[in-house]
Amino acid sequence: MSLLAFFEWLADTSWSVDLHESQYAYPLIESIHVWTMAVFFGSVVMFDLRLLGVTMRRVPASEVVDRLLPLTIAAFVIMVISGTLLFFAIPLRSYQSIFFRFKMLLLLLAGLNVWIFHSRVYPKVAAWDVDGVPPRAAKVAGALSLTLWIGIIFSGRMIAYNWFDCDRQPQPAIINFLTSCVATELGQ
Amino acid sequence: MSLLPFFQWCYQTAIGEAIRESLWLFPLIEAFHLVGLGLTAGAVLIVDLRLLGVGLTRQPVAQLSAAVEPWLLGSLTLMFASGIPLFLSESMKCYYSFAFWVKMTSLFLVILFTFTVRRRVTRTGPTSDQPLLRRITALISLCLWFGVAWGGRWIGFS
Repeated sequence: MSLLAFFEWLADTSWSVDLHESQYAYPLIESIHVWTMAVFFGSVVMFDLRLLGVTMRRVPASEVVDRLLPLTIAAFVIMVISGTLLFFAIPLRSYQSIFFRFKMLLLLLAGLNVWIFHSRVYPKVAAWDVDGVPPRAAKVAGALSLTLWIGIIFSGRMIAYNWFDCDRQPQPAIINFLTSCVATELGQ
Repeated sequence: MSLLPFFQWCYQTAIGEAIRESLWLFPLIEAFHLVGLGLTAGAVLIVDLRLLGVGLTRQPVAQLSAAVEPWLLGSLTLMFASGIPLFLSESMKCYYSFAFWVKMTSLFLVILFTFTVRRRVTRTGPTSDQPLLRRITALISLCLWFGVAWGGRWIGFS
């Protein structure tokens, strides 16, 4: 079964349809997604800015990690759950949305950045913990994280707009390729 | 006096009209507004959590709040710079939206509260530790900010 066929099937399940057409559940889940984004991005940003040496210079970097990470993780979990539900409500269109795909790509890169930071840079934190301005490697991780998360917010917001949807043809060939629009949707 | 003529005037401004006529200006400005929302939340939460006795509890409140304040002011500037054009483009919808008025009332109150009571409480030195006052201040701040966030999200649903 292809992913496309799977999401077509998912879109036809009564749970997905009910959620999509619900009067309160969908807007509520969407709101929770945005509000927890604010908490998540807020705590990530403050840490990234600390890594860049532009705020809370007198607070040890490890203290910011230790004390903020539980909040960051909790918000991330709620965001993933609410985001999955939002996808589940509109699976096919989201799967074929160029902005959704770009968002997932950036999420992957942001995850990679976290992994590299925590496996390569952060273990040596003792050497620069109290430095107001951390070393280059930490700064790079902070700048990458900021850029990627801002990109994720932008592409997430744009999923709501249907400029490049498969049912809006003609689109440039590159768009149809990137969104996996199939021949029937192109009217061929 | 009714505010309706003012809202009508806002709606007819060149900026409002340009945003309405553009396909992508509104979403783009909205995305900046969302980034500003996250930044504001971060700058507010660091201090409010500290006031509640969570988070960066090893840091003196006054020092933490001073360190974060430029980012709070910066993020609020971004919020206003993106929020006002968004408002101009749909001020008539806002006028008749309950959520909009909740947001504006909460916003007015939270700005007032932040730069009077909250500022005073955060600047109080570590010697005069007043946990209850600090907690109440943080709770009021968080509740009012949530009013802003609730209203902001709900304008889009009305």
